[in-house]
This record gives sequence, C-alpha cells and structure tokens, in this order.
Amino acid sequence: MKIPYYPGCTLHERALDFDVSARECAKAVGVELQELPIWTCCGAVFPLVSDNVMEILAPVRNLAYAAREGDKLVTLCSFCYHVLKRANKVVKDDPEKMEKANLFLRADTEAREEVESYTRKDYEGQVDVLHYLEMLRDVVGYDEVKKKLRRTLDGLRVAPYYGCMLLRPKKEMEFDDPEQPSIFEEFLDTLGCDVVDFAMKTECCGGFQIVADEDLAVQCSRNVVGSALKNGAEIIVTTCPLCRYNLDKKQDEMAKSVRGFKKIPVVYFTQLLGIALGIGGEHIDFSDNYVDPRPVLAGKSLL
Amino acid sequence: MEERIGVFVCHCGSNIAGVVDVKRVAEELGKYPGVAYSTDYTYMCSDPGQTMVKDAIKEHNLSGVIVAACSPTLHEATFRRAGRVAGVNPYQVEIANIREQCSWVHQGDKEAATRKAIKIIKTMVEKARLDEALDPIAVPMTHKALVVGGGIAGIQAALDIANAGYETILVERGPSIGGHMAQLSETFPTLDCSQCIMTPKMVEVAQHPRVKLMTYSEIDDVSGYVGNFKVKIRKKAAYLDRDICNGCGLCMEKCPAKTTSEFDEGLAQRKAIYTPFPQAVPNKPVLDRDHCTYFLNDGKCGICKKICPVQCIDYEQEDEIVEDEVGAIVVATGYDLYPIENLGEYGGGKYPDVITSLQFERMLSASGPTEGEVKRPSDGKVPETVVFLTCCGSRDPEAHMPYCSKVCCMYLTKHAMLYKHKVHDGQAYVFYMDVRTAGKGYEEFYTRAAEEDDVLFLRGKVSKIFEEDGKVVVWGVDTLAGRKVEIEADMAVLGLATVPNAAAKDLANMLKLHTDEWGFLAEAHPKLRPVESLAPGFYLAGAAQGPKDIPEAVAQASAAASKVAHLFAEEEYHREPIIAWIDEDTCAGCRVCVSVCPYDAAEFDVEKGIARIQEAICEGCGACIAACPSASAQQRNLTDEQVYKMVSAALEG
Repeated sequence: MKIPYYPGCTLHERALDFDVSARECAKAVGVELQELPIWTCCGAVFPLVSDNVMEILAPVRNLAYAAREGDKLVTLCSFCYHVLKRANKVVKDDPEKMEKANLFLRADTEAREEVESYTRKDYEGQVDVLHYLEMLRDVVGYDEVKKKLRRTLDGLRVAPYYGCMLLRPKKEMEFDDPEQPSIFEEFLDTLGCDVVDFAMKTECCGGFQIVADEDLAVQCSRNVVGSALKNGAEIIVTTCPLCRYNLDKKQDEMAKSVRGFKKIPVVYFTQLLGIALGIGGEHIDFSDNYVDPRPVLAGKSLL
Repeated sequence: MEERIGVFVCHCGSNIAGVVDVKRVAEELGKYPGVAYSTDYTYMCSDPGQTMVKDAIKEHNLSGVIVAACSPTLHEATFRRAGRVAGVNPYQVEIANIREQCSWVHQGDKEAATRKAIKIIKTMVEKARLDEALDPIAVPMTHKALVVGGGIAGIQAALDIANAGYETILVERGPSIGGHMAQLSETFPTLDCSQCIMTPKMVEVAQHPRVKLMTYSEIDDVSGYVGNFKVKIRKKAAYLDRDICNGCGLCMEKCPAKTTSEFDEGLAQRKAIYTPFPQAVPNKPVLDRDHCTYFLNDGKCGICKKICPVQCIDYEQEDEIVEDEVGAIVVATGYDLYPIENLGEYGGGKYPDVITSLQFERMLSASGPTEGEVKRPSDGKVPETVVFLTCCGSRDPEAHMPYCSKVCCMYLTKHAMLYKHKVHDGQAYVFYMDVRTAGKGYEEFYTRAAEEDDVLFLRGKVSKIFEEDGKVVVWGVDTLAGRKVEIEADMAVLGLATVPNAAAKDLANMLKLHTDEWGFLAEAHPKLRPVESLAPGFYLAGAAQGPKDIPEAVAQASAAASKVAHLFAEEEYHREPIIAWIDEDTCAGCRVCVSVCPYDAAEFDVEKGIARIQEAICEGCGACIAACPSASAQQRNLTDEQVYKMVSAALEG
C-alpha cells in the first residue's frame, strides 16, 4: 500500500531520526510512504487572522500537490499535522476562502505552472490529512501492527506525551478527545508497554517560546517531565520534534530548579515502534538524544 | 349578502405607528371593497380599544372584523371574544399581523412598510369576506388526569388535581416516587431537611383516594386527543406481587447479589431485590433481574422466594399493560445531571475524588451512604480542602451546554456551607462565573456562606483537575485578583449542567411534544402560557421544561394542575372548528388523505366509497388539503378560494 507522505522541514533536516524510523516502520507494516515529489514548508503556524487567505496558502499549496498523488496525506510532525489539517478544514468549510486560495495559487507565478500543469484542477479539500498514528490505527489497524511485531516492550513504563498541537482546537483537529485522549495509549498498548498515565500529557511543552522566553518554555516542559516522572515513567514518547527538543535537551535547565531531578529519555514513538518491529541498526538512531535512552532500553533487554 | 367589514389599525404604542403610517393605512382600507368602516387607535387591545371595536360592530352593523396589530398568537383570542360579545361570530374576526411581519422588520423604510401593511390587511379582508360563521366542536371528555413522573413536580400536580376533585393516575418509572428531591440532604435557602418535607407529600399522594399510583411503570402508548386520550401503561415485571407484599424487607436482607445503588449515585451498594431507600413509597421492593443470581445463574438461588413470609415472589412474572382513558396529561419527567464523563478536563469519571453534586448530596444526607459525614470516596478520609465548581457543562457553548442551569450557584453555596458546618476547620472554595441568586432569601444565603461560614468564592473558571500524590490538584484562575490559582484539594465537587431526563426524550417523541434543541419540553408561550404544551391537553411541570429549583417546580406543578382543573371544569371539550372537511360530491375515494393524515383523523367510509374527516380528531394541519388531487379536502375558513383571493390581493399593484 502506497500512501503520500509529507515529511515537513524539520523531519527533512533536523529530525532525521524521526523521519527514517517512520519510513522503515511503515515498510515493516506494509505501507510505502511516498514523499510528495514537490512540497514546501507548511507554514509552521496556523494563522489566527481569519480574513487573510494569504496565510494559509503554503499549506493549501502542499495539499494541492498531495491531491495529485492520492486521497490521503500522512504526516508526523505535530505542527505540520496541525497546520495542514486546519487549513484543509478552512478550504472544505468555506467556499469563499477556497475560491480565493485557488485564485491566489493560480496567480502565484512560481506556483502557477505547477498548479496548472501538475494538479490541473483546483484544490477543494479532497485530501484526507492523517497523522501517522491515525494511519496505523485506521488504515493499517493496530491488530495488523501487532501481528508484525517481533517483540513486545513488556515492562517498559512509557509516558505518552501528546502536547497540544495534535488535539486542539477539538472541532477543527478532530483527532481525539483533547481532555482524555486515547490513541497514543492504544498504540503503546499494542506494543505491549506499561502505559503511564500522567496529568500533563496534553499540556504545552513551551513550543516556540523556547526562542523568545527560554525560562517560560523550560518551566512548561519541566511540568510535563516532572509529572511523567512522578507517575513512574522510564521513558517519554512524543510525536513532535519541537516537543522532543524542549523535553529532552532542556533537562539540564530543568534540573537547576528542581532538587533531585532525575533525567528521563524522550524518544519518538516511531523509534519504540521500530524496536518492537525488530528494525535495528542505523534506522533507529539515538545519537541525537540528549538523555540517552539506551541504558533504559538495554535494561529491559530491548537493544 | 354584502359583506360589511370593519378594519381596526392598532398603533401598538410606537411599535407599529413609529414605522407604519397608520392614518394612511386606515384611510386606504376604508376605500377597499367590502370594508364598511376603518379606523386606528393607540392600543387596540386595551379596554377602550376593545370597546371601540364592539361599538363599531353595533353602530356599523359589521359582518366581519379585521384587527391589524400584532401576531395572532397574542391577541386573536382577545378580539374574537370582543367580537362575540358584540354579535360577530368569533371566526369572522381576523388578525392582520402588521407588527412582527411588517413594522418590526422594516424599520428603515416607512413608505414601504406602510404599503406592505396595507397589502397585509387587504389579504385579510379578502379572507374575511368568505369566512363562515363557525361554532366550536363539542366533544365528550374524560375527567381524569395522567401525571407522568413521580418527582416533586409530578407529586404536587397529582395532589392538586386530585384535591380539585378529579381522578388522577401518577406514573413513575422507578420503584419509588420521590425523584431527585428525595436524594437531597438539606435545601436552600432555609436548610430544611429534604426528606422531612418530601416524604410526607409522598405518603399523602400514595394514600389519596383519588390518586392511582403506579410505580415501576412506564407509558407505552398514548393515542387520542385532548379530553379523550387512551393510554397504555406498562407495569414492569417486579418479579413479585407488590399487592401481596407486606414490605417486611426480609428478602432484601437475605439477597446475596449486590450492585451499585442508583439512589446513592454509585456511592453505596444495593441488593438485587431492593427498595431504593428506606422511606420509599411504596415501601415494597422490586427485583432487578439484571443483577439477580437466580436469573444470572439459571435458577440457582431463589432465597427470596424461600424466605418470603407472604409468598409474593414470582420469577415468572411478565410486564403487564394497563389501559386507561384520561382527559389531560401532565408531563413531569424531570432532569438528569450532565454526564460527569463529559468533563474530561476535570477528570470526570476518572478520578474517584472528583464527584457530582448529587453524590455530594448523598454524602451530606443523614440517611446517605456515609450517614451524613463528608468522606472522600477514594480512601474515606475527611477532606480538609474541598473545591466546588459551578458551570460544569453549563454556559459553555463551545464545548457543552450554552444555557444556565440556574440551581447550581445556590446548591454549591449550600454544599460549601454544609461542608463547613460538618468540617469546621476545613477550607471550602467555590469557583464561579457569576453567583446567580435570584430568589427569595437567596442572596442573603450566599452572603451568609461567604461571611459567616468563610466559604472562599473565587471568580473564575477551572481549566484542569488532576490527581497527584493523593491530592486533587485544581488549576483555576482568580479573575478579580488577576492571577492563576493552584489548589491542592482533597476533593472536588462538580456542579454539572441540568439536562432533560434521558428517557423523557423518547416519551416526548412518542407524545409528539415540542422540545427545544436540548430536549427540554417547550411551553406554548414563554411568558403567557408557561405550563401548557403546544399540543392540546398536555401540560408541563418541573425541570422537564427547563432547569428549576424546588419552589419553582412546585409552583409550576400547581399551575399545571390548575390548568387541568380549568379544562375539566367544563362537561365537554370545545375544539377549534378550523379543520378540514371533504366535499362528498367530488371526492373520488383515492384515500391519499387517509395516508397523509398524521392524526388518523381522515378515514375511509367504505359504504359511500369516499373519505371522511373525524371532526373530533382533526387538528387542521392541512396535510390532506395539500395532498388531495381533486381539491375535495378543504379547510374551514381557509378554502382554496380564500387562499387564491388572498394571493391575488397580495400580488396586486
């Protein structure tokens, strides 16, 4: 099964460990992720202005490219998923904005040829934007994933960290219940992990504030990491490169304000999936992790 | 006969006259064919206005009257009465709506509004010219009422109707009457013990000679029409003969099967054979087969049957359908709390120490599972800090219900106060959006809680509740101080939104009663007919119509009862004669009308081979008229001819 895939800039450049593990895992469960032949940045932030279509052109253009490839588009990064999904909803729900966006796309000299020759039709919201987790659950099926596992991650106490971008706003994202989500837990259940419930799993990690106000961002991620630790987690999994960055690379800063702070590794969910699927070597790469997950994994004989 | 129609143009203060040139309207209409007299006045519905209409009828020998004013739902009845007094048949008095349908919607354009008003009145003149004199249809009536729902509203309604001298059937779905009020501890603002004021009423209604009490029963079907309903009531199998049972309670004592108690809101257990609470009325158990060992284990148990001293247990019992006839139905099906599970942000249904307001009531109740002691469910510890949250699901159009549930501010204030009375050095916080205390003695009650009982009221919403280290951590905001608040509490009580009783929705569907979009029963008029349904013969009482506290529910129940008594005061019921009739000469007997009639009023006369409308049943909805291929079905005073003439008048010029 081939499904169009949108990696996004971060997975293309910095979070290669996420991208590579995701592609390999997909193969192992019978899906070939086909990277869009042409794509650009998604815009990274969904605009709060509601009267300026300009701001959603980047994601809509990417969706228009995707429409040529198929009726689905899979992505991983929480920000990409968030922006693509919401932009898609704007196009679907608002005919006026849809028309305007298409006019812009046609007027855009650089995009014109591509849109005309490549998509040959307007974009009307026909692509279903899927998160990789949704692909596993709804397209492949968790039961199928389970059948493909080479080992289960028994006894590994994993805290699933959703962050905020996947879940909110509820009516636009339609991803899961933003208050008590379950898709991540069900995924970890499939892998055989001990799922750790923790109250901060849907709180913000600090996001882009890490650039403008590091203290604030560290305070946010400290809450998340602290809550996971308090509830007995050994490892935190995330779906977002920025969350990974804030939760993982800032643990020295977190430690400064908390006595007896214990470090905890933060990995991408596809890395755990890869281990369970028996994918090894360079495809499951932990060299970019600040807090090394290998001791914990080795302790459970998972490496 | 030449029609002599009078046109009376109302100013409605400035509501109409501020936009429409009423003088010109009256003048123009005076020249219209068939109009014998035309005038205008400031308030036509006032006494001088009505007198003006009556005098004009006599003076100008009018055959029909048009009052150009507000919507007919407001004053059609008023002017029809005035017409009758002065000698014009009420059905030849018509309203031309030039307020809602003209002046209010065309405030910016006086000229156009005036022209439209003239047209509206002309169409009504055309209608009135062909209006027949009609008489209300008298149908026999059963002077017996049915009250659905045995909470405080249903009990009050049943008592009042019975005390007015009419037979009443009170049907309750559960094993006992009492409703939610029986679950409450003490009631605001007087702190009366709910049981103390409730149980005597329960006994009174059960013993009333004119009340037939049917508990553990549901309405299966209702047919017929006002004054002549046929009802089928399903007496659910209780697996024991409640007529023989003497209520000794031995079976309940010995029954080995347990399940969670609905009455105690899951905080305690009950037996499979049970009465919901010791003061239940009737104080006779029912057997819940879903939890009974006998039924679950293929007949292995039977202890209750062995032990019953009067041999009333009957495992073979089946539901029984009781049929009866009533003339009026009071719907008092009450409310439910919005499901706590829907409040995921507060860990509703996930954390044992985040509880509902009704659970807290049971905890406070002297006869409750903790015998009145406040103990948190997780470990039975007396909580030192309790946070009370208003508007859990109410006033939240984004995620939950948009409306105000009305009673939560008061009962949470009461909860906090009673908690402080029981745990003197405990700390009670109430998070609120606004404290709404509109009731007699309510504001004083709130002040007392804040000032004398040191309840801390924090203006702001709670964003999240989670459990950590055995505490219920509450994240909120104090908008008056402008800062975030984090409280490490022992327990949180959610003031959940009031929603219509889940089962009542099906009942409303079956009875074809209008509801609002949330499922609350709709009243016929929000101000002037608050206890009647739009469907004739149905009356509303209690929280089924909207969130209400006890005094309001009781007042509405009494009002509904008085409406029933008002209906029953007449020997026969008089129905509106604006209904369909079939022209026997042209009807081909195709039976389309029979198939489209939603009230089963159109029937086929086999002998004559044509259709016939049963006058006592027809509601005048017009479905058959639209469907009839030969135009043989016609509406009285709204015939095709009238409609065509009205359309022509509307399109002219």
